Amino acid sequence: MIELVSAERCTGCNICVSVCPTNVFDAVEDSPPVIARQGDCQTCFMCELYCPVDALYVAHDANLAVAVDELALEDTKVLGSYRKAIGWTADSRPRRASDRSYLLLKPH
Amino acid sequence: MSSISDLPEYRAAAAVSALEADVLVLGGGPSGAWAALTAAAKGARVVLADKGFLGTSGATAAANTTIIHVPPDPALREAAFSRRWANAFEIAERGWIDRVIDATWHNLNRLADWGYPFPTMEDGSSYRGTMRGPDYMRFLRRRLRKAGVTILDQSPALELLVAEGSVAGAAGIDRVSGERWAVRAGAVVLATGGCAFLSKALGTNGLTGDGTLFAAEAGAVFSGMEWSGHYSVSAAFASVTKGIVYFWGTFTDADGNVLAGRDRQSTVAQKLIDGPVYAVLDKASPRIQEGMRKGQPNIFLPFDRMGIDPFTQRFPVTLRYEGTVRGVGGLAIDEDCATSVPGLYAAGDAASRENLVGATSGGGGPNATWAVASGVWAGQTAAAFAARLGRHHASRKARGIGGNGLRPTGTSRDLDTGEIVAAIQREVLPLDKNFFRSERGLTDSLGNLDGLWRDSAAGLVGTGPSIVRARETAAMIATSRLMFASALERRESRGMHRHRDYPTLDPAQSRRLLSGGLDRIWVRPEAGTILKEAIAS
Repeated sequence: MIELVSAERCTGCNICVSVCPTNVFDAVEDSPPVIARQGDCQTCFMCELYCPVDALYVAHDANLAVAVDELALEDTKVLGSYRKAIGWTADSRPRRASDRSYLLLKPH
Repeated sequence: MSSISDLPEYRAAAAVSALEADVLVLGGGPSGAWAALTAAAKGARVVLADKGFLGTSGATAAANTTIIHVPPDPALREAAFSRRWANAFEIAERGWIDRVIDATWHNLNRLADWGYPFPTMEDGSSYRGTMRGPDYMRFLRRRLRKAGVTILDQSPALELLVAEGSVAGAAGIDRVSGERWAVRAGAVVLATGGCAFLSKALGTNGLTGDGTLFAAEAGAVFSGMEWSGHYSVSAAFASVTKGIVYFWGTFTDADGNVLAGRDRQSTVAQKLIDGPVYAVLDKASPRIQEGMRKGQPNIFLPFDRMGIDPFTQRFPVTLRYEGTVRGVGGLAIDEDCATSVPGLYAAGDAASRENLVGATSGGGGPNATWAVASGVWAGQTAAAFAARLGRHHASRKARGIGGNGLRPTGTSRDLDTGEIVAAIQREVLPLDKNFFRSERGLTDSLGNLDGLWRDSAAGLVGTGPSIVRARETAAMIATSRLMFASALERRESRGMHRHRDYPTLDPAQSRRLLSGGLDRIWVRPEAGTILKEAIAS
């Protein structure tokens, strides 16, 4: 589930509030949005993809809250890693065309 | 236009935004997007309302799915047909399979012409057999904007409006601002998806059967609701239900014994009832591993973040319930995607997919294919229906028809939707109730669900944004009752309907089961077919 809105990185654009398919965030004036309904998070990772500054972190567990350490997430470069892997950052754009899913589907 | 204050219950609301459209599409997954695009291309004014955000909502957005893209070469088409037919258990239709594949072929090629970045294979050719959810839905959103479709995000519908015997729009709420909305329309397309009962299977928690409830309230007919026994493997802690990777997996029990069996899904399900099951993806070659990494990075999100290498380390697995999302049942439709109710059309997982996949899960691929074809057809037909009505449609006197969760029939009580949802889940999620079904179990579950329906019809009501969860709760009860009532009438095992009391397929039951109703659920075999019981009597 969603565990982190980094106050360090967040610019307050509230895109996550708009795009979350299960309405987990609430906008807060002059502050980063808050995780208002964590239990409604479906762990789909979509908010991470849409966050332009990689301020969000969705942990692996879909049912239980997981304690996260923002500094450790910074160190391991996990913030923004999904956006990069799928090709949604400027420097990872070529990865979009390199979807190799067909390797799984063609005769092997 | 006639004012929305025709609807007394909206008169009191603090703010109502009233819109008018020729075609209103409810649901912003691929089928809704295709329906809206097609209706707009026919000249219709289109409004699309989604509970979440068109781009992230629904089972497709979070996923990466295969799709059937087969050129019109007779041998290739025959092979594609045969693959579907082999698993359909006599419930699909040849003509439908062919036309769905053909429509999807043409429309995926249109998508490419519009500039959608299909992946390029090593030989430089374009591969159109997979759709990466986030890219696909973001692209469709841009396309819809270009086409002039009005998109209402975070705007769950709460009920349908009807006028002069036809569906004439819908009313709902902006769940962020709390503002009510109503759209008067000549025709409505339900593209609200299936129902996965908040199981947290990937991308499915917005899919609570809302369209099933709305359509049932309008008196619509459903088909194949017993095809709802589908679960998918995920790591026990994770939401990612991506079955394909387990093709290269080895499953073991707590003691490390390898689970073998002709039907692996059933073997895993049976073992999970008894205790934990583990998997490791040890049969994936480096080439396959590359395919997973570069094609489907969401596979690895839970593993990487948990610190597990799924190719070498075994991890606990579970089966997450996917209800009518990867199940098959839904609204009965004709070849134009019209439901049995005038003015109401259905596309995607809101509709029954029996015509394409029969009694077997449409998984990702066939369902993605279906979403394109049915979306296009529903949009086309809805636009034509609205055009025949002409602009006067908005002057018809419309009323909202929502019941359970919106307009309690008794003294409204502050029922806890959390408790009701947990009670629904206790009937639909357990493997020993719904993966493996039995006469007794289904009867008991249906009794409990009927009780939940009666209580909530009498007293459930939400205020402000909680009205959404109240309606979702009612929708899940309605869907589960259609499922179990239908399952009770299928006294055999076929495809995903696994019946402990009738473990084999009965050729005499090679026919569909229709259903409907709210306070009283009815189930009957499709016209032109004969129930075995009827012959015996």
